[in-house]
Order: sequence, then C-alpha cells, then structure tokens
Amino acid sequence: MKTAIETHNLTVAYNRRPVLWDIDFQIPEGQLIGVLGPNGSGKTTLLKSLMGLVQPSSGYVRLFGQSLDEVRSRISYVPQRESVDWDFPISVREVAVMGRYRKHKLLGRLNKEDHRLADEALEKVGMLSFADRQIAQLSGGQQQRVFVARALAQQADLYLMDEPFAGVDAASEEAILSLLKEMKQAGKTVLIVHHDLHTAHQFFDWMVLLNTRLIKCGPTSSVFTADYLKQAYGGQLTILSQVSDLVKARDFPIRERSFKDQPK
Amino acid sequence: MSDFFTFSDPNVRLVTAGTILLGISAAIVGTFTFLRKRALVGDAIAHAILPGVCLSFMITGEKHPAYLLVGAVLAGWLSLLVMDYLSSRTKLSTDTAIGAVLSVFFGAGILLLTSIQHSGSANQAGLDQFLFGKAAAMTQRDIWVFSGVAVVLLGLVLAFFRSFKLISFDPAFAKSIGLPVRRLEFLLSTITVLAVATGIQAVGVVLMAALLITPAAAARFWTDRIQVMILLAAAFGLLSGLFGSWISYTAPSMPTGPWIVVLLSMIAVVSVVVAPKRGIWARLRLQRSNARKIRQENILKAFYGIGEAADAPVATVAVDMLRQQRPFEDIALQLGLRELVKKGLLHKHKPGSYALTPTGLQESRRVVRLHRLWELYLTERMNYAADHVHNTAEAIEHVITPEVEAALLRELDHPILDPHDAVIPYQNPSKPSAS
Ligand SMILES: Nc1ncnc2c1ncn2[C@@H]1O[C@H](COP(=O)(O)OP(=O)(O)O)[C@@H](O)[C@H]1O
Ligand SMILES: [Mg+2]
Repeated sequence: MKTAIETHNLTVAYNRRPVLWDIDFQIPEGQLIGVLGPNGSGKTTLLKSLMGLVQPSSGYVRLFGQSLDEVRSRISYVPQRESVDWDFPISVREVAVMGRYRKHKLLGRLNKEDHRLADEALEKVGMLSFADRQIAQLSGGQQQRVFVARALAQQADLYLMDEPFAGVDAASEEAILSLLKEMKQAGKTVLIVHHDLHTAHQFFDWMVLLNTRLIKCGPTSSVFTADYLKQAYGGQLTILSQVSDLVKARDFPIRERSFKDQPK
Repeated sequence: MSDFFTFSDPNVRLVTAGTILLGISAAIVGTFTFLRKRALVGDAIAHAILPGVCLSFMITGEKHPAYLLVGAVLAGWLSLLVMDYLSSRTKLSTDTAIGAVLSVFFGAGILLLTSIQHSGSANQAGLDQFLFGKAAAMTQRDIWVFSGVAVVLLGLVLAFFRSFKLISFDPAFAKSIGLPVRRLEFLLSTITVLAVATGIQAVGVVLMAALLITPAAAARFWTDRIQVMILLAAAFGLLSGLFGSWISYTAPSMPTGPWIVVLLSMIAVVSVVVAPKRGIWARLRLQRSNARKIRQENILKAFYGIGEAADAPVATVAVDMLRQQRPFEDIALQLGLRELVKKGLLHKHKPGSYALTPTGLQESRRVVRLHRLWELYLTERMNYAADHVHNTAEAIEHVITPEVEAALLRELDHPILDPHDAVIPYQNPSKPSAS
C-alpha cells in the first residue's frame, strides 16, 4: 500500500503555545480514517496544517509522497461548518460549483462541464432539488451536505473533512455515510475529524488518536482500546460530560429536570 | 426641476454624471466590504485618507487629482497595515485597533489641514472640502480622473467577481484550492481604498462610510442573491447621486454630499421596514398570522375537548362552555370565533352558541392529534416524564407541518394512545391510516 499522508515531527503553535507537538504518522491510501480527540486537542489544527493553512513551527507534511503544492489538485478540504457565515447571499449551486474553481482560471469563466459536475455532486448528496435555495434556508445537516458536494465536485483523491457529522440530522448522516463508503470503494482516501466515540469504531478503518501529542495511529482495532482512549481523553470520559455535550450539540433546553441532581 | 433633468447645461451634466459614477462604484465595492463584515474598516480607511491627501498637497503644492489619489492610497494602505499589525501582533482587540487608527490618522489629517490653511497658500482653497465633500466644486479634470478610476474599479470587480465572492464567503477553502488569497485580498483592499479616495470627492471623509456601506446594507434586505444585491446597491448609489445633485442644483445652498447620504439613509430605512421576508413589516405580519393561527387552533381544541368529555360530538356549544374548557382571553375568543365562522369551520346557531362544521371537526382532530403525537414523541424518544410534556406540546402543535406529522407517524408507528392514555384522533376515525 502506498502512503497517502505522512507528517514528520509536525509541531504547530498559536502565539508560541504548541497545540500540536511532534506529530509523526503515516497513513496508507484507500482508507477511511478518523481523527479523534477531546475538544481543543488540535484536530482542526492538524487538518489546517495538512492543507497549509497554518504554518508549522517545525516539521513537515507529505501528501502522496510529495509537497502540497505538487498535488494540490488531488486534495479536497471541507472546513468546519461553523467557519463560514451561512447567511451569505449565495445559492446552494453557487457553493457547489466553487469546487470547480482553479487557481489558473482566476479570471476565466466556468464551463458547462464544471456546472454539470457540481450538479452531479449535489445529486449524490441528495441536495439537487435544493440547488436554487439560499444557503441560510437549509438545516445544519443540509448545509454540511452542500459542503461535501463542493468537495465531491473537486474530484480529488484525498479528502480532509472537519467534523462533517457535527450537529447533523439522521438523514444527512446517512447520506454522507453511504457516500463515504462509495468513495472508499472508488479507492479514495478520506480523513475525517470526528467527535462521537460511539459511532467511531463502526465508521473507520484507521484512526488517529490525538491530544496535542499523538496518542496512537493505526488500524481501528489496534487504536480503539480502552487504554489508548483513556490516554487521549483522560478523566473527561465521564458520562456526565458526554451528556453535557449532547445537550450542547442538539441544543436541548435544560430547564426540564428529569434526573435527580447529582452530588458533586 | 425640468431644467436639471434635461441636462442641457454641460457642466451640470458632467458633475451629475461624475457624482453618480462615484456613488455606483462605492456601492459596488462596498458590497464586498459589507459582506466581509468590514464596515468599520471602511470608515477607518476613509478617515485615514485625510492626512495622505494633505501631505500630497504640501509636497507637490498642487491640487492635481492624480497626486491627491496617490497620497490617499498610500495613507489608506498604511492604515490597513497598522490595523492588521495592531490586531494580530498585540493584545488589542480588532475594534480597538480600528478605532485607534481612525482617530489617530484623522487627528493628524485635521492638524495638517489646519496648518495648510494657516500657511495661506494660494492654491489651498477647497482642500477642506475633503471633510464633507463638494461635488459641484469638482473641476473638469477632477471629474475625468475620478470617473476614470471609478470605471477601472468597476471593471476589476467584474473581472474578479468570482474570486472575490469566494474569498468573502470561505477564505480557508479558497486557500486550500491554491487561490492566491493574500494577493486577492490585497487587490480588494486596494480597490476599496481607491473607491473611498474617489468617493470622498462627493461626500467627504466623514460621511464616506455611509456611501460605501449603506447601499449594500439596504440591498441585502431585498434579496438573497449576491448578483442582485450588487445591482440593487448600484441602483441605490445611482439614485442618491442623481437626486443629491438635483437638490443642490435647485437649492444651491444645499450641499450635495450630505443630501446623498440622507437619501441613502431614507432608502435604507424604507428597506428595513417594507422589504419582503426580512423587513419589519413582513415580520410583524408573520407574527400576527401566527397569533391568529394559535388562537383559532386553541378554540378548535376546546370544541374537541368538550366533545371528548361528553363522549359524543356535541351539537352546539355555548361560549361559556368554551371558557370552562380553557381560560381564553375574551377578545381573543370573540375574534377567533368570528374568524372560524368566516373560514367555515364553525357554524353560528344563535348568539353565543356555536357548532363545528364537518371541516371544523376534521381540523380540531388534526390539532389534537398533533398535540398528542408530540407528547408521545417527547416521552418515548426523548425520555421526558409524561407530566412534563404538556406545555411544550401546547406550543409545538401549532408549528408542526404535514411533513413533520408524517415523519412522527412513521417514527411512532401510528400510535393509538398518548402518554396520558387519551385516544389520538385520526383523520378517519374508524381505521387508523396505515402507510
Ligand atoms: N487561531 C487560533 N489562535 C489561537 N489559538 C487557537 C487558534 N485556533 C485554535 N486555537 C487553540 O488551539 C487549540 C486546538 O484547537 P483545535 O485545533 O481547533 O482543536 P479541536 O479541533 O481538536 O477542537 C485549542 O486550545 C484552541 O483554543
Ligand atoms: Mg475542531
């Protein structure tokens, strides 16, 4: 198997505070890879440094054995959904077709083929019937699907997705998941930042477990063990914190009190 | 008035055309400033340009528009750099950095302006017009230069429209596909500085932010399409430029710039109030129609409840019985009853006594069904306690659409009883619909 992603002594700091520390791993092609770790463990930062969006203080990244600039057209990046303003006045189709923008066509027009590929991508995520809607009129899950469609339109070989399942409804989760399986069958490599431990071991072939430093990288069965999880999540893995995450993620009102108050 | 609009006077023609062009280019460039949430930065640039303009005059001793533009652009860039540096390299927050740059640069500009005026330079007349603008005082040469710049800006925005749209919406993605985001941002900033530098001819430094941002802000209320938004913003810029010029033509003591801004503000206020969907008026109407729906559905539910308690559809119901069923407000009850009669859901027998029509009965069953389905959903799927769900369902029952109802029915598999063991009424009472 050839290597899709490798990092060498990758260290990234914001204002001199390291959030990734000496990360060293290799991931083979054609896998579904989950990046896991608690909040603030540097998952987003890892993706951004793979994409050259943040400058590492030391170390480097290789994609398909080459530097990012040499293989950029084969890589697709799906940012965290909250990173953009969904009230922006553009339509679903306009977002999808952004996947067809190219740096050497800064001024040129998009051609028919570009529009066809964008529509095809929307069809694949089940959003073609929404193509003319403004993006603010979509649910969170639908917005996420539009982001995935934009990535599909890029026709890349390696996909880096930041939390595509966060705050997503069941239908959207299903749509994205079946798409991921399809992509894997087509030999694509997909790296996904994921926060839900319950579903993680069903989704992924390969895992990167992170908490500022690299805890473990390897096939799911060798990484997803109580021991490594404990190293990554430490004392945070209590039921209480999971519940509070759920409340936050689904925006439940907390005024209803169906549990007895827990002693501190 | 007719005098002005025939444009027979070539000078009027030229000044008006120039003012309109400046307005249009500021509005179009400003659309991106607005969408990138940089309104305050636009204001700071406008103020920061003043010292550049003054310095270029002090150095060259001339009021040639090209020199003034060079000074303006240099000062504008410098202010951008300083803002960037302050907010990224120091602990100052972004708005503090913007505020600091605005006041320091503007203060320096005023200082230079004062010293120029005291130096008694013969050529200095009109420099203070940069403060509030004076379109009518533009010379032919000024107008040609500034209009030329405005046209170039429009061309650039048109050419780079797609890229500007992307870096405004999702700069990280733009960078990930290898677009030269830094250079594009620099280009957009330069275009903004130039639009501001030319726009201050019309409205002056102090009011420039209004010329830049107000058209876009007003346009946003009318549309969800960036292309339409830009055209609308341009149209607002055009209209205000045209009528601003007209007002100062008919009443020469009236300054053009402030009038342009007043007109723009009026357009913005009208947009905020009457725009479909986003406007205050539309939102009020929506709220009123919601309130109407809620009061009608609550009355229908009371009818259903009375029938349910009597264990048989009741022929006629007196208003007092409704009040016992549910504590209605008097006015709401009277209003709701009248509306329901008008919609053909109720039938008025005699004063103070009503009966459900067949459609009214179906409608009342629907509302009760939604209420009970939602209660069941909360207890079954969300693990709420049965005695906690009633109040939530009271609100949600009015919101649930037929699609959501279908989804609920599927999810709960066409249940018979709600959490309080009351029967869930289906459309066709004898056989619960199976899908
Ligand atoms: N632009 C930034 N400037 C300063 N600190 C940042 C920035 N982005 C992220 N951080 C910090 O870096 C750490 C890692 O963040 P992130 O990579 O987003 O974590 P994750 O995605 O795993 O939640 C967090 O502590 C966060 O506060
Ligand atoms: Mg993150």
